[in-house]
Amino acid sequence: MAASTLSKIPKRLITVPWRALTTRNISTTYPLQQQAQEASEFYKQEHLELQNSLKKLIDTEINPHVDRWEAEGQFPAHEVFKKLGQAGFLGVTKPEEYGGLGLDYTYSVAMGEALGNVNCGAIPMAIAVQTDMATPALARFGSDYVKEQFLAPSISGDLVSCLGVSEPSGGSDVASLKTTARREGDDFIINGQKMWITNAFQADWMCLLANTSQGAPHKNKSLICVPMDTPGIHLNKRIDKMGMRSSDTAQIFFEDVRVPAKNIIGQEGMGFTYQMLQFQEERLAAAALTLAPLEICIRETIKYTRDRMAFGQPLLNNQYIHFRLAELETEVECLRSLLYRATELYVGGEDVTKLASMCKLKSGRLVREISDSCLQFWGGMGFTNEVLVSRFYRDLRLVSIGGGADEVMLSIICKYMGILPQAPKKKK
Amino acid sequence: MSLKVLVGVKRVIDYAVKIRVRPDKLGVVTDGVKHSMNPFDEIAIEEAVRLKEKKIAKEVIAVSCGPAQAQETIRTALAMGADRGIHVEVPAKEMEKLEPLHVSKILAKLVEKEGGDLLIVGKQAIDDDTNATAQMTASLLNWPQATFASEIKKTDGELEVTREIDGGLESIKVKLPAVVSADLRLNEPRYATLPNIMKAKKKKIQKMKPGDLSVDVTPHLEVVEVLDPPVREAGIKVDDVEGLVTKLKEAGRI
Repeated sequence: MAASTLSKIPKRLITVPWRALTTRNISTTYPLQQQAQEASEFYKQEHLELQNSLKKLIDTEINPHVDRWEAEGQFPAHEVFKKLGQAGFLGVTKPEEYGGLGLDYTYSVAMGEALGNVNCGAIPMAIAVQTDMATPALARFGSDYVKEQFLAPSISGDLVSCLGVSEPSGGSDVASLKTTARREGDDFIINGQKMWITNAFQADWMCLLANTSQGAPHKNKSLICVPMDTPGIHLNKRIDKMGMRSSDTAQIFFEDVRVPAKNIIGQEGMGFTYQMLQFQEERLAAAALTLAPLEICIRETIKYTRDRMAFGQPLLNNQYIHFRLAELETEVECLRSLLYRATELYVGGEDVTKLASMCKLKSGRLVREISDSCLQFWGGMGFTNEVLVSRFYRDLRLVSIGGGADEVMLSIICKYMGILPQAPKKKK
Repeated sequence: MSLKVLVGVKRVIDYAVKIRVRPDKLGVVTDGVKHSMNPFDEIAIEEAVRLKEKKIAKEVIAVSCGPAQAQETIRTALAMGADRGIHVEVPAKEMEKLEPLHVSKILAKLVEKEGGDLLIVGKQAIDDDTNATAQMTASLLNWPQATFASEIKKTDGELEVTREIDGGLESIKVKLPAVVSADLRLNEPRYATLPNIMKAKKKKIQKMKPGDLSVDVTPHLEVVEVLDPPVREAGIKVDDVEGLVTKLKEAGRI
């Protein structure tokens, strides 16, 4: 098949360097990802081994079941997390004393890129909640007690976690959250509501951000580990979402929920700061997770438009289509470079808030652009639920919203550029 | 009796890659193409590591012949649980012409040098599909062979091996030392866990050349031409048996 395709290329293209022609026909995305990564020399042999191993796990234990789990509206978190935990993938950057590997953040990014090979957005997102949202502060600031109770079993995959920050009254506006954790003797009494909680129905514990004292909104909150079987916790019905359908999402009510005060992570009043600290990692992780789906979209669209005939020739022969795909490929490489640069600086100890916010902003925007353009090229088929591109269109739309909305990212970047207007001073 | 096990692993083009014939029609494109460990060799390594876990084997040594990148394949074997590796360096250009007989000679010499009790290899490599290395190595060593193994059991000084053959399954007993070739259903290889991948960095890989083992790798075979298989032609639908017979007659088939 390859040989006969070669003979049909018009004469003027024979002068194209051989390598360009070779890469066009390699059918699977993963080898191409590897080439792009190796070329950048950002990853070492161990990173690539990690990705190979994780890709194998995804191919054998996850991808064969994704379609079914998407239809059922839930993936079995405990089963999947246990498999990942046993292979060491849930504690890549976590302390060795608690079962982690204590590796630097580049390994987290490598893992994020490999996770993007799952055929849906929901499962990588759920895994990222466990590794990059609910546990970083715990690992860094938690007492031995909470680390033993909650961190170690989360790293081994025995417990599923969720993050309780967003509320019905505010997601982006974290400082204005209303849930309270009132100190009563040796306990906290928690009252309030949380919204958009991923892994809600399957989680064993929640990393909860709540107001624990009066005072300035940035200084009065704490992170508390809350076991999800504590009396007083009510899960409202499953939220019916347009995408990420195999992820269980819920609104959660807390009515006089009593947890031991020793379940607090770190210092009282530092919750907001801890949460902000882990945002850089969360945003870089979000960008890393989008790279593979974007490449898959482009590759699958190339395959489809190469086979699909219209007006006597493959769709791909239309300049609008192959030029557009080249534009999109360029954008993906730009995002990858930004991510690698930010990660390298972060690992070197720099504050990468501005770059990480740019990574998040760009990936949110790019996934919409690429999934939309690719879906268009798929025509009627793109509109069905039978193809991957429409699932990615739905799933990836969340990236611009969750984990820090585009608008919040823009505000952060403006702040670093010195162009964010001052809030009008309140008259006393 | 704790066995010293050698496992032969080969670096081949990844099974998922679409193979392209080179323009000179003397081979396939390998530049910039993803390579991995031959799937049957993964099964061989997995079996050796399981023998070690059952305390039947005391050491697992992964061996590979190839260019510098063959070390990556050995590292994968180490990450799966092999104790150390031996890399027999064969430059890329010579690798194209390396034949099973050369590899068999190399493996035979290594097994003797190391004092191995058991050699496990994949039944065939997915690039040349020759299915000859295990058999020839056994012959050179004058050892018994158990090929296409789908199950291996250790009894006193012997192995009971179930072989997958055309007619079904065959059970044979072979005395140790022996050569075994791994078939698809022998086991399901583990994915290297992250802790083991990191530990593999510290394991040793010994480097040597075929000349160090007094093996001559002059090719005996010459590739004349490499072609794609013929393109599958479209079929046609017929309405009934009469239509089928008519079409077959028209095509001169009957």
